[in-house]
Amino acid sequence: MTEAMSEAIDWPLEVHRILSGAKLRQVGYVPDAGHKRLIELCRADSSMRAVALTTEEEGIGLAVGAWLGGERCALLMQSSGVGNIINALGTIKECRFPLPMLITMRGEYGEFNPWQVPMGQATPAVLEAMGVVVQPVREAAGIPAAVDAALRLAYNSYVATAVLISQKVIGIKSFQEQAAR
Amino acid sequence: MSATLKRREVVAQLLADRGDLMVVAGLGSTAWDCTAAGDHPLTFPLWGAMGQAAMMGLGLALAQPSRRVLVVTGDGEMLMGMGSLATIGVQQPANLSVVVIDNERYGETGMQATHTASGVDLAAVARACGIAHASTLTRESEIAALRAAVHAQQGPNFAAVKVVADKVPIVLPPRDGGLLKARFRRALLGDAADTQ
Repeated sequence: MTEAMSEAIDWPLEVHRILSGAKLRQVGYVPDAGHKRLIELCRADSSMRAVALTTEEEGIGLAVGAWLGGERCALLMQSSGVGNIINALGTIKECRFPLPMLITMRGEYGEFNPWQVPMGQATPAVLEAMGVVVQPVREAAGIPAAVDAALRLAYNSYVATAVLISQKVIGIKSFQEQAAR
Repeated sequence: MSATLKRREVVAQLLADRGDLMVVAGLGSTAWDCTAAGDHPLTFPLWGAMGQAAMMGLGLALAQPSRRVLVVTGDGEMLMGMGSLATIGVQQPANLSVVVIDNERYGETGMQATHTASGVDLAAVARACGIAHASTLTRESEIAALRAAVHAQQGPNFAAVKVVADKVPIVLPPRDGGLLKARFRRALLGDAADTQ
Protein backbone atom coordinates (compact mmCIF):
# COMPACT_ATOMS: atom_id res chain seq x y z
CA MET A 1 0.00 0.00 0.00
CA THR A 2 1.31 3.46 -0.83
CA GLU A 3 1.44 6.31 1.66
CA ALA A 4 -1.35 8.08 -0.19
CA MET A 5 -3.54 5.02 0.18
CA SER A 6 -2.65 4.57 3.84
CA GLU A 7 -3.81 8.10 4.52
CA ALA A 8 -7.13 7.39 2.84
CA ILE A 9 -8.44 5.92 6.08
CA ASP A 10 -8.69 8.26 9.08
CA TRP A 11 -7.56 5.58 11.52
CA PRO A 12 -7.39 7.78 14.64
CA LEU A 13 -11.03 8.77 14.08
CA GLU A 14 -12.03 5.14 13.61
CA VAL A 15 -10.07 4.03 16.66
CA HIS A 16 -11.63 6.76 18.79
CA ARG A 17 -15.07 5.63 17.66
CA ILE A 18 -14.22 2.05 18.65
CA LEU A 19 -12.86 3.09 22.07
CA SER A 20 -15.99 5.13 22.68
CA GLY A 21 -18.27 2.32 21.54
CA ALA A 22 -16.52 -0.14 23.84
CA LYS A 23 -17.16 2.23 26.77
CA LEU A 24 -13.54 3.09 27.47
CA ARG A 25 -13.83 5.73 30.18
CA GLN A 26 -10.16 6.38 30.95
CA VAL A 27 -7.30 6.75 28.49
CA GLY A 28 -3.78 7.08 29.84
CA TYR A 29 -1.10 8.45 27.56
CA VAL A 30 2.35 9.92 27.24
CA PRO A 31 2.39 12.49 24.43
CA ASP A 32 3.46 10.89 21.17
CA ALA A 33 3.59 12.15 17.58
CA GLY A 34 1.98 8.99 16.17
CA HIS A 35 -0.90 9.17 18.64
CA LYS A 36 -1.26 12.97 18.45
CA ARG A 37 -4.63 13.02 16.72
CA LEU A 38 -6.12 10.12 18.71
CA ILE A 39 -5.05 11.82 21.94
CA GLU A 40 -6.73 15.04 20.80
CA LEU A 41 -9.92 13.15 19.97
CA CYS A 42 -9.93 11.46 23.38
CA ARG A 43 -9.25 14.75 25.17
CA ALA A 44 -12.15 16.38 23.34
CA ASP A 45 -14.55 13.54 24.28
CA SER A 46 -16.48 14.34 27.46
CA SER A 47 -17.32 10.65 27.98
CA MET A 48 -13.62 9.84 28.47
CA ARG A 49 -11.03 10.98 30.94
CA ALA A 50 -7.75 11.43 29.09
CA VAL A 51 -4.98 11.28 31.69
CA ALA A 52 -1.54 12.60 30.76
CA LEU A 53 1.19 10.58 32.49
CA THR A 54 4.76 11.46 33.38
CA THR A 55 5.85 7.94 32.42
CA GLU A 56 4.08 5.00 30.82
CA GLU A 57 4.45 2.97 34.01
CA GLU A 58 1.89 5.21 35.70
CA GLY A 59 -0.63 4.01 33.15
CA ILE A 60 -0.51 0.47 34.49
CA GLY A 61 -1.51 1.71 37.94
CA LEU A 62 -4.21 3.90 36.41
CA ALA A 63 -5.68 0.96 34.48
CA VAL A 64 -5.59 -1.27 37.57
CA GLY A 65 -7.41 1.33 39.66
CA ALA A 66 -9.93 2.01 36.90
CA TRP A 67 -10.83 -1.68 36.57
CA LEU A 68 -11.08 -2.12 40.35
CA GLY A 69 -13.55 0.76 40.21
CA GLY A 70 -15.55 -0.72 37.32
CA GLU A 71 -14.19 1.38 34.46
CA ARG A 72 -12.33 0.40 31.32
CA CYS A 73 -8.97 2.08 30.64
CA ALA A 74 -6.78 1.92 27.53
CA LEU A 75 -3.17 3.07 27.29
CA LEU A 76 -1.57 4.90 24.36
CA MET A 77 2.19 4.87 24.13
CA GLN A 78 5.22 4.66 21.88
CA SER A 79 7.33 1.50 21.73
CA SER A 80 10.08 3.20 23.74
CA GLY A 81 7.53 3.49 26.56
CA VAL A 82 7.10 -0.27 26.60
CA GLY A 83 10.48 -0.41 28.29
CA ASN A 84 9.03 1.58 31.17
CA ILE A 85 6.18 -0.79 31.99
CA ILE A 86 7.77 -4.23 32.14
CA ASN A 87 7.81 -4.87 35.89
CA ALA A 88 4.36 -3.32 36.27
CA LEU A 89 2.99 -5.77 33.68
CA GLY A 90 3.64 -8.47 36.27
CA THR A 91 0.73 -7.10 38.28
CA ILE A 92 -1.52 -7.26 35.21
CA LYS A 93 -0.62 -10.90 34.62
CA GLU A 94 -0.78 -12.05 38.25
CA CYS A 95 -4.17 -10.41 38.87
CA ARG A 96 -5.56 -10.96 35.35
CA PHE A 97 -6.47 -7.34 34.75
CA PRO A 98 -7.79 -6.54 31.27
CA LEU A 99 -5.48 -4.01 29.62
CA PRO A 100 -5.61 -2.88 25.99
CA MET A 101 -2.57 -0.93 24.81
CA LEU A 102 -2.15 0.88 21.49
CA ILE A 103 1.53 1.25 20.72
CA THR A 104 3.07 3.25 17.91
CA MET A 105 6.35 1.73 16.76
CA ARG A 106 9.72 3.43 16.63
CA GLY A 107 13.05 1.90 15.70
CA GLU A 108 11.31 -0.19 13.13
CA TYR A 109 10.35 0.80 9.55
CA GLY A 110 12.76 3.43 8.21
CA GLU A 111 13.78 4.80 11.63
CA PHE A 112 16.07 7.86 11.52
CA ASN A 113 17.19 7.81 15.17
CA PRO A 114 19.53 4.94 16.05
CA TRP A 115 18.81 5.34 19.77
CA GLN A 116 15.22 4.21 19.13
CA VAL A 117 16.21 0.96 17.44
CA PRO A 118 17.12 -1.30 20.41
CA MET A 119 13.81 -0.83 22.28
CA GLY A 120 11.75 -0.80 19.11
CA GLN A 121 13.25 -4.09 17.95
CA ALA A 122 12.81 -5.66 21.40
CA THR A 123 9.23 -4.47 21.89
CA PRO A 124 7.27 -7.53 20.63
CA ALA A 125 9.51 -10.04 22.41
CA VAL A 126 9.51 -8.11 25.68
CA LEU A 127 5.73 -7.76 25.71
CA GLU A 128 5.23 -11.44 24.88
CA ALA A 129 7.66 -12.43 27.60
CA MET A 130 5.38 -10.66 30.10
CA GLY A 131 2.25 -12.39 28.84
CA VAL A 132 0.87 -9.65 26.60
CA VAL A 133 -0.99 -10.77 23.46
CA VAL A 134 0.71 -8.84 20.64
CA GLN A 135 -1.04 -7.87 17.41
CA PRO A 136 1.23 -6.09 14.88
CA VAL A 137 -0.46 -3.97 12.19
CA ARG A 138 1.46 -2.72 9.18
CA GLU A 139 -1.30 -0.94 7.23
CA ALA A 140 -3.57 1.88 8.36
CA ALA A 141 -6.59 0.10 6.95
CA GLY A 142 -6.04 -2.81 9.35
CA ILE A 143 -5.84 -0.73 12.53
CA PRO A 144 -9.54 -0.36 13.42
CA ALA A 145 -10.25 -4.09 13.20
CA ALA A 146 -7.12 -4.88 15.17
CA VAL A 147 -8.09 -2.44 17.92
CA ASP A 148 -11.61 -3.85 18.03
CA ALA A 149 -10.21 -7.38 18.34
CA ALA A 150 -7.71 -6.31 21.00
CA LEU A 151 -10.47 -4.75 23.12
CA ARG A 152 -12.65 -7.85 22.80
CA LEU A 153 -9.79 -10.15 23.74
CA ALA A 154 -8.73 -7.99 26.70
CA TYR A 155 -12.19 -7.67 28.23
CA ASN A 156 -13.53 -11.11 27.38
CA SER A 157 -10.42 -12.94 28.53
CA TYR A 158 -8.91 -10.65 31.20
CA VAL A 159 -5.52 -10.25 29.56
CA ALA A 160 -3.22 -7.51 28.36
CA THR A 161 -3.24 -6.90 24.62
CA ALA A 162 -1.01 -4.68 22.50
CA VAL A 163 -1.71 -3.42 19.00
CA LEU A 164 1.65 -2.48 17.52
CA ILE A 165 1.09 0.21 14.89
CA SER A 166 3.95 0.09 12.41
CA GLN A 167 6.20 3.04 11.75
CA LYS A 168 5.23 2.43 8.14
CA VAL A 169 1.79 3.80 9.02
CA ILE A 170 3.06 6.68 11.12
CA GLY A 171 5.51 7.61 8.39
CA ILE A 172 7.94 9.84 10.27
CA LYS A 173 11.24 10.09 8.44
CA SER A 174 13.13 12.89 10.20
CA PHE A 175 13.20 15.08 13.29
CA GLN A 176 12.21 18.01 11.10
CA GLU A 177 9.11 16.21 9.87
CA GLN A 178 8.19 15.10 13.37
CA ALA A 179 8.55 18.59 14.82
CA ALA A 180 6.38 20.01 12.04
CA ARG A 181 3.46 17.66 12.73
CA MET B 1 13.46 15.29 66.03
CA SER B 2 12.93 11.56 66.21
CA ALA B 3 9.49 10.18 65.43
CA THR B 4 7.19 8.97 68.20
CA LEU B 5 4.12 7.79 66.26
CA LYS B 6 3.60 4.03 65.89
CA ARG B 7 2.70 2.91 62.36
CA ARG B 8 0.17 0.27 63.42
CA GLU B 9 -1.67 2.71 65.67
CA VAL B 10 -1.78 5.39 62.96
CA VAL B 11 -3.13 3.03 60.29
CA ALA B 12 -5.63 1.45 62.69
CA GLN B 13 -6.93 4.91 63.57
CA LEU B 14 -7.20 5.93 59.88
CA LEU B 15 -9.14 2.76 59.03
CA ALA B 16 -11.41 2.67 62.10
CA ASP B 17 -15.11 2.79 61.19
CA ARG B 18 -14.06 2.96 57.56
CA GLY B 19 -17.58 2.78 56.15
CA ASP B 20 -17.42 2.41 52.36
CA LEU B 21 -13.86 3.75 52.13
CA MET B 22 -11.79 2.03 49.43
CA VAL B 23 -8.11 1.43 50.20
CA VAL B 24 -5.01 0.70 48.13
CA ALA B 25 -2.18 -0.53 50.37
CA GLY B 26 1.38 -0.21 49.10
CA LEU B 27 3.57 -3.30 49.12
CA GLY B 28 5.39 -4.39 52.25
CA SER B 29 4.87 -2.81 55.62
CA THR B 30 1.82 -0.72 54.73
CA ALA B 31 0.04 -3.80 53.32
CA TRP B 32 0.78 -5.58 56.61
CA ASP B 33 -0.42 -2.51 58.56
CA CYS B 34 -3.73 -2.41 56.69
CA THR B 35 -4.20 -6.14 57.19
CA ALA B 36 -3.44 -5.85 60.90
CA ALA B 37 -6.19 -3.23 61.08
CA GLY B 38 -8.58 -5.80 59.60
CA ASP B 39 -8.49 -7.52 56.22
CA HIS B 40 -11.30 -6.10 54.08
CA PRO B 41 -12.56 -6.82 50.54
CA LEU B 42 -12.37 -3.10 49.72
CA THR B 43 -8.66 -3.06 50.50
CA PHE B 44 -6.37 -3.89 47.58
CA PRO B 45 -3.07 -4.88 49.22
CA LEU B 46 -0.10 -4.97 46.90
CA TRP B 47 2.53 -7.70 46.86
CA GLY B 48 4.48 -6.03 44.07
CA ALA B 49 3.98 -3.06 41.72
CA MET B 50 6.34 -0.84 43.69
CA GLY B 51 5.71 2.79 42.79
CA GLN B 52 2.17 2.17 41.50
CA ALA B 53 -0.01 2.56 44.61
CA ALA B 54 -0.85 6.26 44.17
CA MET B 55 -1.75 5.78 40.50
CA MET B 56 -4.02 2.86 41.37
CA GLY B 57 -5.70 5.20 43.81
CA LEU B 58 -6.11 7.78 41.06
CA GLY B 59 -7.66 5.33 38.59
CA LEU B 60 -10.05 4.13 41.28
CA ALA B 61 -10.94 7.65 42.40
CA LEU B 62 -11.69 8.71 38.81
CA ALA B 63 -13.83 5.60 38.28
CA GLN B 64 -15.81 6.10 41.50
CA PRO B 65 -16.08 9.86 42.02
CA SER B 66 -18.84 9.56 44.64
CA ARG B 67 -16.76 7.30 46.92
CA ARG B 68 -13.68 8.05 49.02
CA VAL B 69 -10.35 6.46 48.14
CA LEU B 70 -7.32 6.18 50.43
CA VAL B 71 -3.83 5.11 49.39
CA VAL B 72 -1.70 3.99 52.33
CA THR B 73 1.88 3.47 51.30
CA GLY B 74 5.47 3.73 52.41
CA ASP B 75 8.07 6.40 51.79
CA GLY B 76 10.21 4.09 49.64
CA GLU B 77 7.20 3.14 47.53
CA MET B 78 6.14 6.78 47.13
CA LEU B 79 9.67 7.84 46.15
CA MET B 80 9.60 5.26 43.35
CA GLY B 81 6.41 6.78 41.93
CA MET B 82 6.97 10.45 42.64
CA GLY B 83 5.83 11.45 39.15
CA SER B 84 2.37 10.21 40.05
CA LEU B 85 2.06 13.12 42.48
CA ALA B 86 2.39 15.43 39.47
CA THR B 87 -0.25 13.44 37.58
CA ILE B 88 -2.60 13.56 40.59
CA GLY B 89 -1.94 17.28 40.91
CA VAL B 90 -3.07 17.76 37.31
CA GLN B 91 -6.17 15.56 37.67
CA GLN B 92 -7.25 17.01 41.06
CA PRO B 93 -9.41 14.07 42.19
CA ALA B 94 -11.61 15.47 44.98
CA ASN B 95 -12.12 12.03 46.56
CA LEU B 96 -8.50 10.83 46.78
CA SER B 97 -6.15 10.89 49.76
CA VAL B 98 -2.58 9.59 49.76
CA VAL B 99 -1.05 8.89 53.17
CA VAL B 100 2.62 7.96 53.34
CA ILE B 101 3.63 6.07 56.47
CA ASP B 102 7.16 7.47 56.59
CA ASN B 103 9.70 5.58 58.71
CA GLU B 104 12.54 6.83 56.51
CA ARG B 105 13.51 3.21 55.85
CA TYR B 106 13.13 0.38 53.34
CA GLY B 107 11.52 -1.97 55.84
CA GLU B 108 11.43 -5.17 53.81
CA THR B 109 15.03 -5.14 52.65
CA GLY B 110 16.98 -4.49 55.83
CA MET B 111 15.86 -1.07 57.08
CA GLN B 112 18.18 0.90 54.79
CA ALA B 113 17.62 4.66 54.79
CA THR B 114 15.33 6.16 52.15
CA HIS B 115 15.80 9.66 50.77
CA THR B 116 13.33 11.03 53.33
CA ALA B 117 15.94 10.19 56.02
CA SER B 118 18.18 12.75 54.31
CA GLY B 119 15.52 15.43 54.29
CA VAL B 120 13.59 14.83 51.07
CA ASP B 121 10.19 16.34 51.90
CA LEU B 122 7.38 14.38 50.22
CA ALA B 123 4.67 16.76 51.45
CA ALA B 124 6.54 19.68 49.87
CA VAL B 125 6.81 17.70 46.64
CA ALA B 126 3.07 17.01 46.74
CA ARG B 127 2.32 20.69 47.37
CA ALA B 128 4.61 21.74 44.53
CA CYS B 129 2.69 19.32 42.29
CA GLY B 130 -0.58 21.12 42.99
CA ILE B 131 -1.92 19.02 45.85
CA ALA B 132 -3.02 21.89 48.05
CA HIS B 133 -3.75 19.89 51.21
CA ALA B 134 -0.34 18.35 51.82
CA SER B 135 1.35 18.17 55.20
CA THR B 136 3.83 16.26 57.33
CA LEU B 137 2.40 14.97 60.58
CA THR B 138 4.43 14.04 63.64
CA ARG B 139 1.97 14.18 66.55
CA GLU B 140 -0.72 11.78 67.71
CA SER B 141 -3.12 14.69 68.11
CA GLU B 142 -3.01 15.30 64.32
CA ILE B 143 -4.20 11.84 63.26
CA ALA B 144 -7.89 12.34 64.06
CA ALA B 145 -7.99 15.36 61.76
CA LEU B 146 -6.24 13.34 59.05
CA ARG B 147 -8.84 10.59 59.37
CA ALA B 148 -11.58 13.20 59.02
CA ALA B 149 -9.87 14.63 55.94
CA VAL B 150 -9.60 11.17 54.35
CA HIS B 151 -13.34 10.69 54.75
CA ALA B 152 -14.65 14.15 53.97
CA GLN B 153 -12.16 16.85 52.97
CA GLN B 154 -12.15 18.04 49.37
CA GLY B 155 -9.08 16.46 47.82
CA PRO B 156 -6.68 15.58 46.60
CA ASN B 157 -5.14 15.23 50.06
CA PHE B 158 -1.61 14.17 50.92
CA ALA B 159 0.04 13.48 54.25
CA ALA B 160 3.41 12.11 55.24
CA VAL B 161 3.13 10.66 58.73
CA LYS B 162 6.49 10.30 60.43
CA VAL B 163 6.58 7.03 62.37
CA VAL B 164 9.07 5.12 64.52
CA ALA B 165 11.34 2.87 62.45
CA ASP B 166 10.69 -0.28 64.44
CA LYS B 167 9.97 -3.78 63.17
CA VAL B 168 6.44 -4.93 63.89
CA PRO B 169 4.91 -8.40 63.41
CA ILE B 170 4.08 -9.20 59.79
CA VAL B 171 0.34 -9.71 59.21
CA LEU B 172 -0.22 -11.10 55.72
CA PRO B 173 -3.24 -10.45 53.49
CA PRO B 174 -4.26 -13.06 50.88
CA ARG B 175 -1.55 -13.44 48.22
CA ASP B 176 -3.57 -14.47 45.17
CA GLY B 177 -3.82 -11.39 42.96
CA GLY B 178 -6.82 -12.69 41.05
CA LEU B 179 -8.67 -13.25 44.32
CA LEU B 180 -7.81 -9.78 45.63
CA LYS B 181 -9.05 -8.19 42.40
CA ALA B 182 -12.24 -10.23 42.21
CA ARG B 183 -13.26 -9.77 45.83
CA PHE B 184 -12.69 -6.01 45.58
CA ARG B 185 -14.83 -5.69 42.45
CA ARG B 186 -17.60 -7.86 43.82
CA ALA B 187 -17.70 -5.90 47.07
CA LEU B 188 -17.90 -2.64 45.11
CA LEU B 189 -19.94 -3.58 42.04
CA GLY B 190 -21.95 -6.61 43.15
CA ASP B 191 -23.01 -9.07 40.46
CA ALA B 192 -22.13 -6.53 37.77
CA ALA B 193 -18.47 -7.26 38.52
CA ASP B 194 -18.83 -10.64 36.82
CA THR B 195 -20.49 -9.41 33.64
CA GLN B 196 -18.69 -6.15 32.88
